[in-house]
Amino acid sequence: MPERIEPLAIAACSATSALGHGLAAQLEALRSGRGGLRPNDFSQAPLECRIGRVAGMEDAALPAPLAHWDCRNNRLGWLGLQQDGLMDAIAGAIERHGATRVALILGTSTASIGATEDAYRRLDNGRFPEDLRRPEIHTPHSLAAFVADATGIAGPALTISTACSSSAKVFASAERLIRLGLADAALVGGVDTLCDSVLFGFHSLELVSKHACRPFDAQRDGISIGEAAAFALLEPVQVAPNAPRLLGHGESSDAHHMSTPHPEGRGARAALDDALARAGIGADAVDYINLHGTATLKNDEVEAKLLPRFAPRTRASSTKGFTGHTLGAAGALEAVFALLAIEHGIVPPNLGCSEPMPAAAPWLALQPSSQRVDVALSNSFGFGGNNACLVFGRGDPA
Amino acid sequence: MSAPLSLRITGIGAWAPGAPDWQHLRVILRGDSTPDDDAPARPAGTILPAAERRRAPDGVRLAADVAVQATSMAGIDPAAVPCIFASTQGELAITDYVCETLARSPLELSPTKFHNSVLNAPAGYWTIATGCTAASSAVTAYHRSFAAGLLEAAVFACAEDTPVLFASCDVASTGPLAEMTHTTLAFGMAMLLHPNASNGARLNLALHGGTAEPVSVVTMATVARDNPANAEALALLSLLARANPSNLRLPLSSGLSLDMEIKP
Repeated sequence: MPERIEPLAIAACSATSALGHGLAAQLEALRSGRGGLRPNDFSQAPLECRIGRVAGMEDAALPAPLAHWDCRNNRLGWLGLQQDGLMDAIAGAIERHGATRVALILGTSTASIGATEDAYRRLDNGRFPEDLRRPEIHTPHSLAAFVADATGIAGPALTISTACSSSAKVFASAERLIRLGLADAALVGGVDTLCDSVLFGFHSLELVSKHACRPFDAQRDGISIGEAAAFALLEPVQVAPNAPRLLGHGESSDAHHMSTPHPEGRGARAALDDALARAGIGADAVDYINLHGTATLKNDEVEAKLLPRFAPRTRASSTKGFTGHTLGAAGALEAVFALLAIEHGIVPPNLGCSEPMPAAAPWLALQPSSQRVDVALSNSFGFGGNNACLVFGRGDPA
Repeated sequence: MSAPLSLRITGIGAWAPGAPDWQHLRVILRGDSTPDDDAPARPAGTILPAAERRRAPDGVRLAADVAVQATSMAGIDPAAVPCIFASTQGELAITDYVCETLARSPLELSPTKFHNSVLNAPAGYWTIATGCTAASSAVTAYHRSFAAGLLEAAVFACAEDTPVLFASCDVASTGPLAEMTHTTLAFGMAMLLHPNASNGARLNLALHGGTAEPVSVVTMATVARDNPANAEALALLSLLARANPSNLRLPLSSGLSLDMEIKP
């Protein structure tokens, strides 16, 4: 088992999803049970499903000096950075530590592939149309390179792209960099946008529901796909002693199948064990779990098998009924939801579930509720059997 | 800027056109041989189970080939070794297929090709083939993918006190996307990085405040030109092949470079 780590402060964070722009919109929706899924009006060809689409992106053009980065994914990244004073917090970290002492680690599964898809639809004599002949947006690092440019962060920069665990793993990588003294702070996060690749790709795997997704429901029949941008600024605890903290992280591989989880959740269990060990706590200390809960038959069946180790008082929910599965952004988005649970004493409900699977029912929070949350977990499991689990906890009393 | 990360390279793997493993590439990089025109044109992907190998795209076969060389040379069972696979562009031929199919007939998209399109396909296939249940990752940083990926792997090894498998692989592009990526041939390399082994070349890594010039590669310069993402990997392999104490400075970010000290 790994050793306990020094916690890090979440000095700032923000999220933008189908629930709205910024933390207040997320909080209001999670508190009231207002979901953000709507009929698919995005794909280039008709596809009957619900999607979690972020409003207002078509008008969110990038400022002129950054215009060469323009594409839907970078627009969403930019929109996300404008919320909740994030740009000021980043500037503060750069001022405190120096631009090269702030690392940038972002997760994305498809980055700006939407722009590449667009180029293929508009080929000009077999070449990309002139407005899309920008190599820097046809690469999976497009998002992080753009965010480095937009924020002035000059420390180590990396994109992690492990499908749906991408932006959970960024917390682990950043913690290691800071622990070894290679950075003093890190901006982590994830951005993924709707694109035909994921809508038709998951459809081809018969994993997309025609309805709004129903995590942990006996009748669940697949995912709803969403888009989101979520960021967190990690700094030493002394910088923000009252802020909630990253307590632990765990990562593992299933070694089982490219698109189906291990039937007993072997990898997920290992990630959870490691995360709790690094946090130095037992499962009995966990108040809230933000489940991966994609609403596929297999994911939810396997993830429910992890629950019996938790006390009956531990509340658990998937928030994908609110936002859809935001894929490479899900880890960071749901980390922010776990942080909101701690900061505001809420348990987000498992929206979309009316007939809970018996295996999960004792822990599932079906209605919004208010209660003190000191420790919150977030699970993220991706294609290729790639698992990550994060543990967050309360900071010092203000 | 900070204490160096100190590791040993206990295993190396490589695949280049005309040099399907590190033994071949090493003598070429020393100047003692030339690429073999009769070498296989595609990576074999031998370690993958037959059913997986049939489905696996070239980038997965390439990564599996270099990874198994590195772990075999190190004499280590990959099942418990965390692995980090870096790639600048991922599976370019699959990206071309996916985008072309979506433009033409989106409902015909192949589910297998879709799940092979994720950047962590090599990590997924590798962990399945070797029974590896440790952490696995897929990372990218555009032109800095090799340096940033190597740093990520070295940090993992030192922070968690564990050997780590690091691989850096890119395959050739096809179709209209090729004009945007400038990658026309496949190249891959892997290293087993060990934080406390007593054998293998010593590799010390440190961050340097300031930028660095792009590396120049003399031997196998066409590989560096036609797989620009891995020019830096080839530069490091050249130093390891010649087995002289040496230093290398690679660009890392807008304000940092990665200093490497190599002691054979």
